Amino acid sequence: MSTADIRSEYKYKLGTNRLGLWLFLVSDAFFFGGLLVSRFYLMGYTRPHLEQTLGLIVTAVLLVSSFFMNRAETAMAHGDQKTFLQGTLITLVLGVGFLIGVVGVEWQLAPFGPNDGAHGALFYMMTGMHAFHVLTGVIFLAIVYRNGRKGLYTAEKHWAVEACATYWHFIDVVWIFFYPALYLIGTVVG
Amino acid sequence: MDENKKVKFLSLGLVRGIVFQVIGSLAGMGFVMLIRLLMGLPAWNAEPVWVGGTFVGVFTFLIGVGAFSDWFKWAKGEETSDHIEADPSQPKWAKYYNISYDHKVIGIQYGVTSIILLGMAGTFAMIFRTELAAAKLQFLDLGLFNSLIGLHGIVMIAAILLGIGAMSNYLVPLMIGASDMAFPRLNAFAYWLNAPSALLVVISLFLGGFDTGWTAYPPLSARAPLGMQMFFLGVYVIGLSSILGSLNIIVTVIRMRAPGMNYFRMPIFVWASVATSIISLTATQLIALSFQMVMFQRLFGMGFFDPANGGNVVLFQHLFWFYSHPAVYVFILPGLGMISELLPVFSRKPLFGYKWIAVSSMAIALVGFFVWAHHMFTAGMEEYLRVPFMYSTMLVAVPTGVKFFSWVGTLWRGKITFPTPMLFTLGAVSVFLLGGLTGPPNATVATDLHLHDTYWIVGHFHATMFGGFMFPFFAAFYYWYPKITGRMYSEKLGKLHFWLMFPAFYVQSLWQMYIGLLGMRRRIGDYDPALNFDNSHLVITIAGFTIFVSVLIFIYNLIKSAKQGEVAESNPWNSRSPEWQLPTPIPEHNYTDHPFKVTGEPYDYGLEGSTYITMSDK
Ligand SMILES: [Cu+2]
Repeated sequence: MSTADIRSEYKYKLGTNRLGLWLFLVSDAFFFGGLLVSRFYLMGYTRPHLEQTLGLIVTAVLLVSSFFMNRAETAMAHGDQKTFLQGTLITLVLGVGFLIGVVGVEWQLAPFGPNDGAHGALFYMMTGMHAFHVLTGVIFLAIVYRNGRKGLYTAEKHWAVEACATYWHFIDVVWIFFYPALYLIGTVVG
Repeated sequence: MDENKKVKFLSLGLVRGIVFQVIGSLAGMGFVMLIRLLMGLPAWNAEPVWVGGTFVGVFTFLIGVGAFSDWFKWAKGEETSDHIEADPSQPKWAKYYNISYDHKVIGIQYGVTSIILLGMAGTFAMIFRTELAAAKLQFLDLGLFNSLIGLHGIVMIAAILLGIGAMSNYLVPLMIGASDMAFPRLNAFAYWLNAPSALLVVISLFLGGFDTGWTAYPPLSARAPLGMQMFFLGVYVIGLSSILGSLNIIVTVIRMRAPGMNYFRMPIFVWASVATSIISLTATQLIALSFQMVMFQRLFGMGFFDPANGGNVVLFQHLFWFYSHPAVYVFILPGLGMISELLPVFSRKPLFGYKWIAVSSMAIALVGFFVWAHHMFTAGMEEYLRVPFMYSTMLVAVPTGVKFFSWVGTLWRGKITFPTPMLFTLGAVSVFLLGGLTGPPNATVATDLHLHDTYWIVGHFHATMFGGFMFPFFAAFYYWYPKITGRMYSEKLGKLHFWLMFPAFYVQSLWQMYIGLLGMRRRIGDYDPALNFDNSHLVITIAGFTIFVSVLIFIYNLIKSAKQGEVAESNPWNSRSPEWQLPTPIPEHNYTDHPFKVTGEPYDYGLEGSTYITMSDK
């Protein structure tokens, strides 16, 4: 078989796609890393006044969603259409729940606005940029769910599912750094 | 035949994109005003309305040009083809104005856009250089002067990034024996991001301009006119293009090499491209973040860089230079790779120390991540950071020295010929040496305190850019011209271009350094006649215009020779590189009908019986 033929095979393309996605995530990580650096540069060992219970709930929701995402992807890899659809839908719902918790509730409860000092600016910027990524992930999930229901994915060919899952876990990992940086580390100001 | 076909103007992707951008921007503006009304705010507030509207406009441009079409189809669960069939009702040249997935077309799109921006940025420079030729203000006001120097800087940077895009997109797949880039759609998408964003950057001139220079430091940038926001938004999107483009290059090099093309047998330019791409892929995020933070400070009152609101302006400089210093290596590494690529061809000798050159590109890229604060010695940064950053900066001289050593070693006792590309290559070595040697005084804290923000820096920086990018870029254009167009450029005009630009550049740069040492501050529209810098400035201006004219000659040469030049042989330079073994014009799918195996070392010029690749025609 010639090189050109091997290259046009699904399996080879899959490897290429994986590498591309991971490089994109590496790049994106630098953006979030910059936000973290800014947080410690400007706020040092202080943190904004936030609802601790709510923070714990949204964090739990996001972590649990990653579990269902993984379940959905593994199910697809085994050709289990039903569990896959179920997992995708639950992940999607939990993702929306996270968005409501952060943007819909925490942003309203916070006793400060984006223009209140460094903690205001950083809290809204960090949660906002993260929420933006969650939103894109939710849209991705919705597309995967719709195409999944049409039966477009098989155990052998489901790159979109895998990409969606990897992206979703990445968003989750970012939050694992952001949650302590905003909710746990340092003494409360404002 | 072909030329006589009627062009349906509106069916050209570029035209459709711009129409979509205008409509999209207006719709976006309306949308922002609607939200403001719903929030109980007055509908019109120039800044949020313009920023929100034009941001939407960027994406509608991309929809208009068709950059999203395949991805929308994927979302709907449809399959798409990796190649776009050209519309048969349009003439051949129309493909350059439409979206194409062919890396060769995209490379040329990048190249032409780069030259257009280069001309624009050069024109800005000529305007303010004319103003500077004599003391006092003659025809510019200070605001316009400031906008022009800022635009000269940023449009040049965009031109350079696009020029690199041109070289790496066109050459990397050909050099490693790939049929295209790993992600052709992403490649087209990354290119087309530049068109709407370049428009935004230029529009800033008509929205009050911006008076910060290209570095856009707050607090000044936090209260500059509206043009500042257009500048931020434009650069933000260009940065996205740079990230996606470099991602594509890295994946292409890792996944698409021909059989036998192991990493240490790739043409050396590929190494430089990868080193550059590693920086663009990661560090660009930080300039994006810093610009986004200033934008949001202006839009939402967030106090990142406002000391009265909990912020710190030095943070901006850290984030900004974390990209913008390595960015300098993004600009020069492909150029230095180009020098290493061309010297062996015109010396008919192996490249001296291939592995060292390859690794030195990586080393420069890596060390480049740890030197950014040398721009901040006078900025009120933490003092204990000064000396470590001084030493890390000095360290860059080591891998750069390796390159010079190899270039001299390659030339040593070679059978050297001097056609235009070789002249520009040698010019690059010489000018980059000037740029390199004038660097350490800026890296040394003690001397930098005196040199910071003077014309010395301007002279030094332009020497690194001309030696590291401009000269090699022109060399590359002349060198691959016969392969791209099938015709030879005019050697006479090419030599004229070189012999005007080379001495003029030395005069310009040395004189800038000279008055810089005497205390001429940079970014000053008006200077005190008592300083006696009038004559020196006049000399610099004349030298600048000479460079400008020489570039016009270059452009004229490109256009004229494409139609009237001699028909070129398929390998006029006797190169060993795979792309020269292909017929001219290069087939649409590159090597699909001409697969090859790598059977030897790439640069064994002059070694009898040595082969690099063995091509088998199907
Ligand atoms: Cu620097």
